[in-house]
Amino acid sequence: MATITLIVNRQTHTIDCPPTTLLVEALREHLRLTGTHVGCDTSQCGACTVDVDGKSVKSCTMLAAEAEGAQITTIEGLARGGELHPMQAAFQEHHGLQCGFCTPGMIMSANDLCRRSPDPSEHEIRHWLEGNLCRCTGYHNIVKAVRAGAASLRGGK
Amino acid sequence: MATQGIGAAIRRKEDRRFLLGKGNYTDDVTLPGQSYAVFVRSMYAHATITKVDTTAAAAAPGVLAVLTGDDVAADKLGGIPCGWVIKNKDGSSMVEPPHPALAQGVVRHVGDPIAMVIAASKAAARAAAGLVEVDYEPRPAVARLAEATAPGAPLVWDEARGNVCFDWHLGDPAKTDAAFARAAHVVELELTNSRLAPNAIEPRAANGWYDAANDHYTLYTTSQNPHLIRLLMAAFTLHVPEHKLRVIAPDVGGGFGSKIFHYAEELLVAWASRRVGRPVKWTAERSESFVSDAHGRDHKSHAALALDAQGKFLGLRVRTLANMGAYLSTFGPAVPTYLSATLLSGPYDLPAIYAEVKAIFTHTVPVDAYRGAGRPEATYLLERLVDKAARQLGVDRVELRRKNLIRPDQFPYQTQVALQYDTGDYHTTLDLALKAIDHAGYEQRKAASAARGKLRGFGISTYIEGCGIAPSALVGALGARAGLYEAASVRVHPTGSVTVFTGTHSHGQGHETTFAQLVAEKLGVAVDNVEVVHGDTDRIPFGMGTYGSRSAAVGGSAIIKALDKIIDKGKKIAAHLLEASPGDVELVDGSYRVVGTDRAKAFGEIAFAAYVPHNYPIETVEPGLEESAFYDPKNFTFPGGTHTVEVEVDPETGVVEVIDVAIADDVGVIINPMIVDGQAHGGLAQGIGQALYEEVRYDADGQLTNGTYMDYCMPRAADLPSFKVGNHVTPCTHNPIGVKGVGEVGAIGVPPAVINAVLDALHPLGVTDISMPATPEKVWRAIQAAKAAGKGA
Repeated sequence: MATITLIVNRQTHTIDCPPTTLLVEALREHLRLTGTHVGCDTSQCGACTVDVDGKSVKSCTMLAAEAEGAQITTIEGLARGGELHPMQAAFQEHHGLQCGFCTPGMIMSANDLCRRSPDPSEHEIRHWLEGNLCRCTGYHNIVKAVRAGAASLRGGK
Repeated sequence: MATQGIGAAIRRKEDRRFLLGKGNYTDDVTLPGQSYAVFVRSMYAHATITKVDTTAAAAAPGVLAVLTGDDVAADKLGGIPCGWVIKNKDGSSMVEPPHPALAQGVVRHVGDPIAMVIAASKAAARAAAGLVEVDYEPRPAVARLAEATAPGAPLVWDEARGNVCFDWHLGDPAKTDAAFARAAHVVELELTNSRLAPNAIEPRAANGWYDAANDHYTLYTTSQNPHLIRLLMAAFTLHVPEHKLRVIAPDVGGGFGSKIFHYAEELLVAWASRRVGRPVKWTAERSESFVSDAHGRDHKSHAALALDAQGKFLGLRVRTLANMGAYLSTFGPAVPTYLSATLLSGPYDLPAIYAEVKAIFTHTVPVDAYRGAGRPEATYLLERLVDKAARQLGVDRVELRRKNLIRPDQFPYQTQVALQYDTGDYHTTLDLALKAIDHAGYEQRKAASAARGKLRGFGISTYIEGCGIAPSALVGALGARAGLYEAASVRVHPTGSVTVFTGTHSHGQGHETTFAQLVAEKLGVAVDNVEVVHGDTDRIPFGMGTYGSRSAAVGGSAIIKALDKIIDKGKKIAAHLLEASPGDVELVDGSYRVVGTDRAKAFGEIAFAAYVPHNYPIETVEPGLEESAFYDPKNFTFPGGTHTVEVEVDPETGVVEVIDVAIADDVGVIINPMIVDGQAHGGLAQGIGQALYEEVRYDADGQLTNGTYMDYCMPRAADLPSFKVGNHVTPCTHNPIGVKGVGEVGAIGVPPAVINAVLDALHPLGVTDISMPATPEKVWRAIQAAKAAGKGA
């Protein structure tokens, strides 16, 4: 067993787990942050995407121990004071989610895109989201939502 | 309440919990004392199991139990039943082999479960599963239709000679022969409808808990129809009465058909919980999903269309082989028959049809309903055939369709394959789609593509589907072992807020919003004051669940029926309070009014009076305001429309790019346009996925060779364009909302439009056929083959 300290959504947690524990397992099973999902076993679907030190990371491809000391943000850490983050609000406004399973990963990934490219084109969004699978929306409204979310983030809303 | 009722694109009520990461999916549920199950599955397509040695696994750290087929037999668990019996041409019933929950000495597909390891942690269960020793004697296997139907093919079941599960037919062979005899043209086509994995992004999961103190089971499961699962477990598999079994399908991350069926794992976790005295949770890994979730499609057909000299359709003859897999899944036999052959008239006036369907066992995962379920197969066949007919006759593809579409004045239209279409306007949706894709400007765009070295193609499909499943007496006569009505209960609370309990299940469709809109429309209650409850057999009276685009048409109609009872009862209470006759009272904009006066009581006041019946017609009206209803549909519903596609093919690489997709659907009355468009988008993505990217591949030994997301090509954002979605409404004539259904239209209409577009692009090179998926390799090879044969302009 290893003792690992993780900073998740601005809170520090210490967990005892096997050293092989994946970050996604630490989040879901040890910290009960079940908003981060697992949809595949080959790092393809992106449902487990979280933010580690400002970069979107598939938490199924990282050991929890590797994330020790890093600032980790999960989908649960985005809204403040009960108010949706602009990207979350944009997904609701533009019907960018149906079953909701891929949504946390999509939003975490989209936020990283907007940090790197504050005004992404449709082409850029579609290629950036290559690592996030959605089976419900056909991506049409996700693309609209990300554009709108980017616009509100630029506007500082 | 028009801003929130039928027709309002209000934002979804359910979104907030998903956006906050607070959804509650089956794998998110961890119960006190939770244990974890991992399955040992067959690595062979067909083998005799000579030994299962669980000694080492049972002794591994953390292991609570290792259960095998022997334990299943000892505890007399029932086999997984099939929900639909198809009759052969001679009137006998289909071959219905057993389907044990864990293998009984023989495995019949890769992924067939053999043993179940239960441990205190998932890691311990996984590690111990590797210690279960299974001795196999491999036997010859057949996975693909061509091999399974070859003379002398290895048998999946000894009782199914030639691997034939059933040999069924529909239509009038003599009338069809006569039509072909007088035809000026006959067009023939061999077609494969490729095998697909549904791939909801949430893998299947189940968590069973046996509460010994109360002798009661609870099962959390990723299901589209928890009551159906409870029914099948009570009657066939677990043998526990309904009141001792609660099935909860909490938030479910997409289904697309694959989560309709009763799977062995649901039964096994509930049973195992009783054995180990702790809750038992199983969650599929994706590679496990590929070999344990029911697949879709996998048909091979020969089709022939007879036309007169003017291009009017005279008759259609179809022979189909349908792959059932190794076992019969819940609705598997219904898919190629009553959900496909019955749709072979499409949107066309087709005076003679004869269809024969042979269902074939193979050593593969069972095949069952996947988004569209039979109707995509029928549509693909017809629309490929009509395109080929246009080429063969040298006529315009659009005009050939226009000439043969059922005209609005022909409704109700009785097809030659059992269905009666109530309403539609196919010419208008055709025109709308062509306008949306700017078909008039096509030649210019084609020239521009050519200037860039690309081949542009235009494809079209005019389609119909049958959904709103289904009138119980009718499906019973056709072999269904269940009724297909829907149930609803509406509880008006004392202060006027409302809870709706529906037997349908929402796993992306937005029922929590659309059904609240029905309440807003009927009662004038704001949607924020309406809660829609689904997915729990202890909270909801009954239900048949969500599939076949039935939820609004059947489940919504049940809600309307319950709401009408609420309104009627409210009228009696209001009449008493307003000192009027109930016949003179009407509910308008949330108030009961005496017609022609300004005397009124708000709906909330009536609700309050019902629960505080001080001044109340207590002699004739019961207190309280809660009503239930069961609704059995009078007919299927028939959405239809036109899907158009433009593609560009790179002749050097074979890469197909979908440039534009424009569709015009008639899905009946639209409750929430935003949600309806979203449903169309998702179906289109899956339809384009089938046409260009996706296919489950088995090799000759029955190994599934592309069972991960590294190998099975799921459509990604960059593979698809934005979609142009239009609608033209002809209301359904036989349900109270006028709704037809939208869940499957995209997956049904668009695959042939894409392939027709690819073939149009490749026509100048002499390519006349291509199968789904039209991958770059396949397209490139087709181009090279045509070149080698000296075809092309």
